[in-house]
Amino acid sequence: MDLGILWYLVPSVLMFACGVYGFVTRKNLIAILISLELMLNAADLNFVAFNRYIFPGQMEGMIFTLFAIAIAAAETAIAIAIIINVYRAIGNTDINEIKKLKF
Amino acid sequence: MDSVGNIVLYFVVAISMLVFSVMAVTSRKILRSATYLLFVLISTALFYFQLGYQFLGAVQIAVYAGGIMVLFIFSILLTHRPDDKSGKIESHRRIAGICASVLGAALLLGALFTMPVGAAGCSLTDVLAAGNCIDMQTIGHTLLGTDKFHYLLPFEAVSVLLLACIIGGVVVARKR
Repeated sequence: MDLGILWYLVPSVLMFACGVYGFVTRKNLIAILISLELMLNAADLNFVAFNRYIFPGQMEGMIFTLFAIAIAAAETAIAIAIIINVYRAIGNTDINEIKKLKF
Repeated sequence: MDSVGNIVLYFVVAISMLVFSVMAVTSRKILRSATYLLFVLISTALFYFQLGYQFLGAVQIAVYAGGIMVLFIFSILLTHRPDDKSGKIESHRRIAGICASVLGAALLLGALFTMPVGAAGCSLTDVLAAGNCIDMQTIGHTLLGTDKFHYLLPFEAVSVLLLACIIGGVVVARKR
């Protein structure tokens, strides 16, 4: 039995589908952010698998994933700052309660 | 032909990844959801190790499973009581979510299984033997070099982005 490229792409597709399901159904801001991280992680896994199987001597996919991880960290930090701010203004983090902007 | 150990490791990691990602999006307690996300991230890091990217796996564990998860848990503890449960999902929302994810997955899987795999269908052992594994020295030279296909400029741009993000996070989250 050989572990070809599809063996890594299929779990990534299924993880992405889980992320989409969570993104559509969850109503808590932090839970939505968790689903977002799942989708991002699935995309990273794709880059690495393609790099390893199609261009094994090069490292572009790996570098891209490194930068994607760094940017994901920045994005999560800002999102969590916004969520804490929303919590301070409204008292919870349910998206149904967030109905008005400041202006 | 891959070794039995590799295949067993693959199945353990893949199954734990799928199970925990399903549990992360369906669990009603948000802190558990975050913990399941942690297991998904660690499984992904194990895939990186198996594919021969040791540095990337270490970064995944240190930044994702270390840094980002601590951020998540801090924010969950700041905004929720530990025994809080999220409400039941309305059925139309659930149907919309299942439709979106199943249709998307079907489309992607259909595209995957009809694509010509070619040389990419070969075994992991062959690929790891042919593409010589990347050592730390090469990674360092590539990240901080200025030649063609080197990445000093994006590296510096990311450091500026992280600095901006630190300041922005403090500005957005501070008390007024």
